[in-house]
Amino acid sequence: MYSNYGVPLALTVIGFLFMAAMIGLQKLLAPRNPFRRKLMPYECGEPPTGNAWINFNVRFYLIALVFVIFEVEVAFVYPVATVYLDWIRRGHRWFALSEILIFLLILFVGLVYVWVKRDLEWIKNVPE
Amino acid sequence: MPLLNTLPDYVLTTKTDELINWMRKSSLWYMLFGLACCAIELMHTGGPRADIERFGATPRASARQSDLMIIAGTLTLKMALRTRLLYDQMPDPKYIISMGSCSNCGGLFQLAYSVCDGVDKVLPVDVYVPGCPPRPEALTEGLIKLQEKIMSERWLARERTAEL
Repeated sequence: MYSNYGVPLALTVIGFLFMAAMIGLQKLLAPRNPFRRKLMPYECGEPPTGNAWINFNVRFYLIALVFVIFEVEVAFVYPVATVYLDWIRRGHRWFALSEILIFLLILFVGLVYVWVKRDLEWIKNVPE
Repeated sequence: MPLLNTLPDYVLTTKTDELINWMRKSSLWYMLFGLACCAIELMHTGGPRADIERFGATPRASARQSDLMIIAGTLTLKMALRTRLLYDQMPDPKYIISMGSCSNCGGLFQLAYSVCDGVDKVLPVDVYVPGCPPRPEALTEGLIKLQEKIMSERWLARERTAEL
């Protein structure tokens, strides 16, 4: 029964040996030439300024989330409008209109939710 | 008696330098880096018609993964500092192809106050490709010339690029 585990064991050992050989070969052959400019953070060639770990206001997170509602709305309505032109030519005009209205309604519910939760206000006063 | 004759047919022997050089020339990853209109020809060279990828050259988005920098276009003095930093950030071994008249010598714009007339003033260039812009075939030939150069070099004895 234990011999069933022989194949995975052999594969594991071979895997470790292979890995060790690869890492050892590159340690042996690869050129190593570190200097200060090479070790600088990669910023597409722009000299980096300041620290990446800076504080920024957590309220921007909410703004970004709310922005997604409007952005998705605009990004979808334009292409849908051009696609539905075809439908309108074929006489499904009310169906097309109701489709896009349902989409806008769903996003509008999200907007109302945000509004009711008072996330649109920059300074939010939470009632005690 | 040479070693080659003592071995059976299915055993291949080579020199370390040649093996390393062969591997290096067959995977020249170039940095996605276009400075001006030559970059359009560079894109064509990567496209299906010229297909530089059959020589093992594939574009990489980061300097950290590239072996080859193709300076495609006019190098301004402002960009020269950044280009030098990008070159410094590439891991050794690294090569440079100067593509087009602008990067070879400043080209049409060499008298302009803002243009670095010649990439070789800031970077060690391996191959110069003439043309304004060079056709994809010309760039491909530049890559082949670079591969020939790589095959002739002895990497273990090659002097390293120092910090400026």
